[in-house]
Amino acid sequence: MTKNVLATGLIWLMAALVSGVFVWLLSDILIHGLPQLSWAFLAEAPENSGRSGGIGPIIVSTLLILLVAMVTAAPLGLATAVLLSEFTRYDSIFGRLVRRSLDVLAGVPSIVFGLFGNAFFCIYLGLGFSILSGGLTLACMVLPILIRTAEEGLQAAPNDYRLAAAALGMPRSAALVHLLLPSAAPALLAGLMLGVGRAMAETAALIFTSGYVDRLPNSLLDSGRALSVHIYDLSMNVAGGDANAYSSALVLILLLFIINTIAMSLAKQWLYRRVVSI
Amino acid sequence: MSLSRADRQLLALLRGCALLSAVIVLLILLFLLRESWPVLRQVPLLRFVTDASWHPVDGLYQLTPMLSATLYSTLGAVLLATPLGIASAVFSRYYAPPFLAGLYRRLIELLAGIPSVVYGFWGLITLAPLIGRLHPPGVSLLTGILILTLMILPTVALTVDAALAAVPIAYVRGAAALGLSRWGLISGVALPAARSGIIAGIILAAGRAIGETMGVLMVAGNVVQQPLSLFDSVRTLTANIALEMAYATGEHRAALFVSGLALMLMVLVLVGTAELLFRERRYD
Repeated sequence: MTKNVLATGLIWLMAALVSGVFVWLLSDILIHGLPQLSWAFLAEAPENSGRSGGIGPIIVSTLLILLVAMVTAAPLGLATAVLLSEFTRYDSIFGRLVRRSLDVLAGVPSIVFGLFGNAFFCIYLGLGFSILSGGLTLACMVLPILIRTAEEGLQAAPNDYRLAAAALGMPRSAALVHLLLPSAAPALLAGLMLGVGRAMAETAALIFTSGYVDRLPNSLLDSGRALSVHIYDLSMNVAGGDANAYSSALVLILLLFIINTIAMSLAKQWLYRRVVSI
Repeated sequence: MSLSRADRQLLALLRGCALLSAVIVLLILLFLLRESWPVLRQVPLLRFVTDASWHPVDGLYQLTPMLSATLYSTLGAVLLATPLGIASAVFSRYYAPPFLAGLYRRLIELLAGIPSVVYGFWGLITLAPLIGRLHPPGVSLLTGILILTLMILPTVALTVDAALAAVPIAYVRGAAALGLSRWGLISGVALPAARSGIIAGIILAAGRAIGETMGVLMVAGNVVQQPLSLFDSVRTLTANIALEMAYATGEHRAALFVSGLALMLMVLVLVGTAELLFRERRYD
């Protein structure tokens, strides 16, 4: 019996410890980041290597990198997921090979993506340190997440849809466009949001692909500094950059929190619809 | 069943896309090999361990300090995160009242979503000075271990939680019918039944810790040396790549790609093992 009481105490203690550290981290960033945060901070260009001024161009670069990553990865991921879930038997060799290689891709460390992106996109394809290189590198990185969520969404679509469409003599492509994809839409969107979140949090893969330049990019072939890279640079390489690093970290966390919440509410709504439609 | 012409065209397009997605991994391996070839071709693998030091410009490629830094930091983080992660999952599943359990799970999910650069920044500004007061310089193996622990804790907690959720309800009811105490039920029935899932989660977390770059880079001090105590500054394999890629050329650059290749192989072995364990559970 004493063992039971001891275990209860210990487990509550550990949970309190974990929550405590988490609250410490968040409140620290909130307290130090909030004072500098303003519309001007979000819009202005960084000055004096980022010690003063804002993060306007950096937000633009971040969004452009995300745009490139998602515009590339979303169609590719969707097509792969449709093939795996609608046109391939689960035990076919091709399907198994594709799934296996995606599992491996999901485990590759981000710094290795950085090395690959540098060697392939920047140098081999000649894109240089650019928003395009960074975005494409991130596209490779988020592909497994997109495919897994899209596949789950499609597999959860009621089988009646497929049978009814076949009975009506609809081509598979029409059934896909008019029935299956709309029914899986919230899951697809939730997956997209998760991918955006993962891409936005990434630093190591971007340092030697999209680079450090903190000016407003003129084209996708310009180097652009992502928000996470900005935080890294301010805290490691710029003495006296801590205040602005705090605010940038706060902006990054807030953006991620918003994206995460949207993803979760979409997933929940989708789950609800699934339960109700049965 | 025969497909219509539109369907056949769609299928061809989809196959092309799937092939492209599947080929990316091979492309990564190919380019890592291609870029590391100048060094791999002429330097026997043993020299990455036996050379006198890490001075790649002079042809000295000793990676042992970085390898041991990666090993120690991963080991330390796994040792700390395992009990905390298991306790977190057990807490939200068996101890906390429903409201608190939901809140706690959401907190762990948020923790999983915080970018590594933010963990690193917080560790550098808050944790490192605290540890520095204990024993300078503060940016050390210990700080790296603590930050890594925070980063992989959600991985452990979420996989253990999923493994516990998959324990057949009959086991739990049976244990309750036998009059086992709550801790007796958890330690005697639930955790053993979820064992392979728990181990898989720990291995996945270890893989994450090995591959983590920014969190450790920012707090571990990055001195190339064999750590003698927890308070020594260390440089992990990943940090070494991130720091030196900026200016590395020629064989130095190739040597960094060799360490990238080594990292990828380590993580692949871990992920493969975890997957085998997951599959075992599915069939038992």
